[in-house]
Amino acid sequence: MPADEIRRMVESVYRADSRRVLATLIRLLGDFDLAEEALHEAFATALLRWPETGVPDHPRAWLVSTGRFKAIDQLRRRARFDASLARVADQLDSAVDPAQDVREDAVEDDRLRLIFTCCHPALPPDARIALTLREVCGLETEAIARAFLISAPTLAQRIVRAKTKIRDAGIPYQIPSRADLPERLDGVLHVVYLVFNEGYSATSGASLIRRELSGEAIRLGRLLVELLPEPEALGLLGLMLLHDARRETRSSASAELVLLADQDRGRWDRAQIAEGCTLVERALASRRFGPYTLQAAIAAVHAEAPDSAATDWPQIVGLYDVLLRVESSSVVELNRAAAVAMRDGPAAGLALVDGILSRGELADYHLAHSARADLCRRLGMTSEAIASYRRALELTRQEPERRFLERRLRELSP
Amino acid sequence: MKYLCLIYEDEAAWGKMPKAEADTMMGEYFAYTADIKRSGHYLGGNALQPTQTASTVRVRKGKVSTTDGPFAETKEQLGGYYLIEAKDLNDAIQVAARIPSARAGSIEVRPIMEYNAG
Repeated sequence: MPADEIRRMVESVYRADSRRVLATLIRLLGDFDLAEEALHEAFATALLRWPETGVPDHPRAWLVSTGRFKAIDQLRRRARFDASLARVADQLDSAVDPAQDVREDAVEDDRLRLIFTCCHPALPPDARIALTLREVCGLETEAIARAFLISAPTLAQRIVRAKTKIRDAGIPYQIPSRADLPERLDGVLHVVYLVFNEGYSATSGASLIRRELSGEAIRLGRLLVELLPEPEALGLLGLMLLHDARRETRSSASAELVLLADQDRGRWDRAQIAEGCTLVERALASRRFGPYTLQAAIAAVHAEAPDSAATDWPQIVGLYDVLLRVESSSVVELNRAAAVAMRDGPAAGLALVDGILSRGELADYHLAHSARADLCRRLGMTSEAIASYRRALELTRQEPERRFLERRLRELSP
Repeated sequence: MKYLCLIYEDEAAWGKMPKAEADTMMGEYFAYTADIKRSGHYLGGNALQPTQTASTVRVRKGKVSTTDGPFAETKEQLGGYYLIEAKDLNDAIQVAARIPSARAGSIEVRPIMEYNAG
């Protein structure tokens, strides 16, 4: 096989399998950094050897064996300076033959181990996100730093600290026990949800890298559904697919914000909506669903409506009622108020929004004020609408939203 | 691995507790300690006298200074500890979660630093 063809082959194995190989190497070697070095050594060796020997029958097993061998070799060399490493190397060398450990189900378990370790609740929340994107998704540190608008050294340090804590605090490389699984899965789903939102909510700045984040979150969601098809994992994947299906229509060609009611529904991704709806139905049928499934069900009702007026608003209000019982929050209440305004008219919605604002909880939340402004505008209460749009403008930090609010204010000003 | 489970709770609450309730709590502690001895987790543990019995010692420029306290303005104070042997952090968290004071106060779980002999 010609050398450049081998190189392409190695690259495609890397893309498809490097995270699986890493996950298994971490288990075999018991150390993140050692496993990462071993992974790179293994692929570097493949580039040298495969042109002569041809591609092995089981490239993944070959890479795991080679990586493990390289790591033990590396430890032996370092043992000249640190005697304790010799013992570690001997222990690793006498462990089970790794070829036995690359059976399909064992490999899939390793991927779950990696996810649960990166999302361990003993790690700080932002470190969980960074570590998951770096180790599970294989994103470069620079790319993650750009997406979260922080410097690469800051992010790298966050990852180093997390790995140190995993080692020193004894965070195990394991899938949680059945008793802990519901809580721990919630933690993993939350990380995936935050990654998705980070990629979805902002439409300005480094929009390309943010789109990549949403894509990674969906890939993670798919992986979880494949490995651990719990109802809320299905619900979260459905929710992400349904939101992402509208991505292209959420802003105009000139990067202006387009509201749900004004979006060109002909451009929504119908295949993705169908997949999302199927997932929601599966999750609902389990009767063990939670907040992600309910939010996905709401998104599904929107996705299936031909336009805003023909949307089944009573059903949406009903779903928000259930969601409030499962997860009471002022933001959910605010969304419910907007749905009530569509069902019963803006006056009914305004009464609810004012009730929420008077409790003070959302006083600094820009969307509460822009929702109030919109209802006042529809009721012809121009001066109240202007006041609320101005308050929202003071609070928002997103550029497209700022332009949207300024546009509304211009329309209302005489 | 060895972990120290530091028990933080509102020590004033113990004083305000009716005797029957305090007795129940003590009973729970005895049962818990017996339980983690049976499971092999227990290495040691003690309850501490309240913070008004505490002294803080510092040596500065060779001179010993002793003050009373610490009386930091926190709602929870260190009231006791268990030293445990656990397989890993998940195991340690499960042991710590069963400490009776975890329900009202909080438990800080800290791995013990291991030094390589030789």
